[in-house]
Amino acid sequence: MRKQNSIFENIDWLLVVFYLVLVLLGWINIYAAVYNEEHKNMFDLTQSYGRQMLWIGTSLVIGLAILVIDGKFYAAFSFPIYIVTMGILLVVLVIARDVQGARSWIEIGSFKLQPSEFAKFATNMAVAKYLSALGIRMEDMKTKITAGLLILLPMALVLLQNDTGSALVFIAFIFVLYREGLSQNVLIFGFLAGVLFILALMVPNTVLIGVIGGLGFVAYLLMRKTRNNIIVILIITALCSGIVFSVDYAFNEILQTHQRERIEVLLGKRSDPKGAGYNVNQSLIAIGSGGFTGKGFLQGTQTKFDFVPEQSTDFIFCTVGEEWGFVGTAFVLILFTLLLYRIVFIAERQRSTYTRIYAYGVASILFFHLMINVGMAIGLAPVIGIPLPFFSYGGSSLWGFTVLLFVLIKLDSYRMYILR
Amino acid sequence: MYNPGSNQRIVFLGIITSVVIIFLIRLFYVQVINESYSVSATNNVLRYITDYPARGMIYDRKGKIVAFNQAVYDLMVIPKQVTEIDTLEFCRLLDISKESFIDKMKKATSFSRMKASTFEKQISAESFATFQEKLYKFQGFYVQPRTLRKYPNNTAAHVLGYIGEVNDELIAKNPYYRIGDYIGISGIEQSYELELRGRRGVRIVMVDVFNREKGSYKGGIYDTIAIAGQNLVATLDADLQSYGELLLQNKIGSVVAIEPQTGEILAMISSPSYDPNLLVGRVRSKNYGYLLKDENKPLFNRAMQAYYPPGSTFKLTNALAALQEGIIGSNTSYAHSFVVGSKSIKCHPHPAIALEGAIQYSCNPYFCNTFRSFVDNRKYGSSENGYRLWREYQMSFGVGKKIGVDMPHELKGLIPTVEFYDKYYGKGHWKASTIYSLGIGQGELGINPMQMANIICIIANKGYYYTPHVIKQIGKYPNTTRNLGERHYTKVSAENFNIIQDGMQRVVEAGTARVARFDSLVICGKTGTAQNPHGKDHSLFVAFAPRDNPKIAIAVMVENAGFGATWAAPIASLMMEKYLKDSIKRHDLEERMLKGYLLPLQNKSLENPGLKVKDSNLVKPKNKKDSSIALLNNKKK
Repeated sequence: MRKQNSIFENIDWLLVVFYLVLVLLGWINIYAAVYNEEHKNMFDLTQSYGRQMLWIGTSLVIGLAILVIDGKFYAAFSFPIYIVTMGILLVVLVIARDVQGARSWIEIGSFKLQPSEFAKFATNMAVAKYLSALGIRMEDMKTKITAGLLILLPMALVLLQNDTGSALVFIAFIFVLYREGLSQNVLIFGFLAGVLFILALMVPNTVLIGVIGGLGFVAYLLMRKTRNNIIVILIITALCSGIVFSVDYAFNEILQTHQRERIEVLLGKRSDPKGAGYNVNQSLIAIGSGGFTGKGFLQGTQTKFDFVPEQSTDFIFCTVGEEWGFVGTAFVLILFTLLLYRIVFIAERQRSTYTRIYAYGVASILFFHLMINVGMAIGLAPVIGIPLPFFSYGGSSLWGFTVLLFVLIKLDSYRMYILR
Repeated sequence: MYNPGSNQRIVFLGIITSVVIIFLIRLFYVQVINESYSVSATNNVLRYITDYPARGMIYDRKGKIVAFNQAVYDLMVIPKQVTEIDTLEFCRLLDISKESFIDKMKKATSFSRMKASTFEKQISAESFATFQEKLYKFQGFYVQPRTLRKYPNNTAAHVLGYIGEVNDELIAKNPYYRIGDYIGISGIEQSYELELRGRRGVRIVMVDVFNREKGSYKGGIYDTIAIAGQNLVATLDADLQSYGELLLQNKIGSVVAIEPQTGEILAMISSPSYDPNLLVGRVRSKNYGYLLKDENKPLFNRAMQAYYPPGSTFKLTNALAALQEGIIGSNTSYAHSFVVGSKSIKCHPHPAIALEGAIQYSCNPYFCNTFRSFVDNRKYGSSENGYRLWREYQMSFGVGKKIGVDMPHELKGLIPTVEFYDKYYGKGHWKASTIYSLGIGQGELGINPMQMANIICIIANKGYYYTPHVIKQIGKYPNTTRNLGERHYTKVSAENFNIIQDGMQRVVEAGTARVARFDSLVICGKTGTAQNPHGKDHSLFVAFAPRDNPKIAIAVMVENAGFGATWAAPIASLMMEKYLKDSIKRHDLEERMLKGYLLPLQNKSLENPGLKVKDSNLVKPKNKKDSSIALLNNKKK
């Protein structure tokens, strides 16, 4: 194994460029979203864009620091970092103040940090470390359970913080496990469960059960040749029916009122443009009014005049849509897609399993964020408050994503040297 | 190392790609295809704020304000923004009941939850002052300053007219107006609406989610600036007008005074009148109802709309036509009676007279004979032709047609055509002796006091008139909206007027209207006692003065009052004294006129309790000490 000659040797500059472009575009849109005549100075720290500038600066320092640190450190310290992070999540539960229903912030003076943003990174490292170990095979039940627990632990802790959005992000690790050998049935079953969930809310249960039973019977007639098939059909039919029955319970008893309402709005069961549907309605108005080419920089009225709530954080995509139009939204989406493709490409060129798994983790997390954040802004996903990576205002999330990506860049730079 | 190959990678990238493609399709639909979001964004952020320009003020000829604008406040409400407010306090401050509050909120909400609608109209400045201090407590309410028309002299209601909110019909006809706008409905307010109203301005401002203004839209390029209405200078003399109204109190009648040398209307009175402030603002419709029900018809502008028999005024124009045609001369005299078949019209005893004396004594036979000499004159071939020519002469004096006063609702009056008589009597079956009463201003004639006064202007000017008008100046410039400088000549040449003026001078100096004399002024006048099928004769007097340099021509008509010399002549005389001398010396005469109570006894006020006590029925405009309704005073004699 050779030593690196320079910390920038074998750096994937394309990733760095993607990162810088996204962060810069994000900042421009934050500036536009909260712009007002009285505070034009880009570095005005009383304004979000001024502080975001600070976050960007510190993020670059963090990124550089990550590149400076020896790449072997990350793999070696994966578990300790994971354990420490879990510890911090526990501490947060105890000391955090209630901010809009969630208890997820650590406050040191005026400085606030959201550890759940770093939990994604830590979990990703731990999962990569565990799955890349010698003798670990995805087919083993023990592997599945251990990996599942590694993911579910932080998910549960974040859920306890009442930060449902961040908790849901951990679902993204399904893609990592799938890449590492988890049966595709899991994806299919997940998809099916999702469809059933929606159908159960839209269609009366009796009808739905009837249809499932009918489909099961048809399957039985077609595939009753082997006993195995019959058992599988029976299990699937029973499972589907079980989901249908439990949906009502889950929907009404487990979900909180606002979550329930948001889902109802999304499914069109509830029209409440002033209440639960306000965010999405205003968000759609903002994006829709942008037209093909947009209203122009600083010309968006929906976001500038606060019609869209959270316009610099969760709904930053509205500003893109309103001021830059379809051209802007398509550009940003394609930029993200290229970034994801690039990460997957990088993952597959690794000789190191650890780096490959880590890279898939990065891609999965970014994809999940993109899907939910943009999806909710255009009314295709329920309103789940998670940021658009690199774009949304916020120090913790920017730092978190920076760490996530730059560790990948560092790990990737060792692709020539490390075999495992 | 376990590597399950590229299958999973393709699936993963496939999922990413599918999601992004779904998003792009959705974005394309939302942003490019569906346009309703743009409309919603516009509705969200743009507010159209109307700037109402101040309506022009009206001054009288001496610079006295007769119409101005008082600031009032409309209370507006945006139902969505109304939070929990202290309804009790709110109602107390506005002096409304809780039921009315709930009712108004309901109305506003049903109009729109997001948009402002008027909660309470025209709150006076005084009420507003107390309310304003508490306004911050009532979120969702704000005030829109408006103006209310005020007529400080409480005079000239018929001339000034009034303004009211536009109705749907008008909005459909004229796109300028919108719901809630005001428009002149009668009088000057109507005929000079365009000049008075100015032009409404609209500012487009952007607001944020809390409805706070965030500056003008696109730098204000779509804004229109409000243009204030122009001030008007009326020809009226407010003092003369008020004085005339006072003299006509408790009488039904009309006065029109015109400056002959310009056609400027100095006073136009129709009695009974009303306080113009009664038809302003919130109390308007209520008061309008009461005024409409009043049997003495205070809303009726007799000066331009009544049809009176012209009486003796027509003796003058009749004689003028005959003089011009050479049918009579200044020395012509007739027998002291006018015989039609078995009937004969006689006059009161007076010496045998020529034209001047006939005017002085108002000799009926003389003018009937004159009329017959004209109409049946052989030189015209037939009585039809004679009458047709006579009628043309009369019409050249502004009779039987609209003379074009710059006021709405002028009526043209009536002077029958040849065809009318052909139809009535049959062609060839009538001649002068059939219709002789026209010669003394009786019969099928209708003329309004404006036309009478205009005839006197013509006589004063010896042959021409300027279109009578009430507005002389618009803004800083002379009124050019109508052809006011043009002389309208009659068919009678100037020299023929001298003898008529002589006769009229004699009327005042030694004839029927001696009561009209004052000082050493040379006044030319003519009394009339117009027969009236509906009751007692109308008392009529027309005059101008001074003879050499006529400053005022006046026509006074007092309904059912008997002889012209009893009521009309003194009133005309007092008004001329007021105008020319500025003070009244004949206090006894004045006193007698003021005390005169000539309202018809058959006034059904007793049967109709609604009209019994008008004063208490009429809702007085608030905050106005001098809101007397004296002119409506209906006390029992």
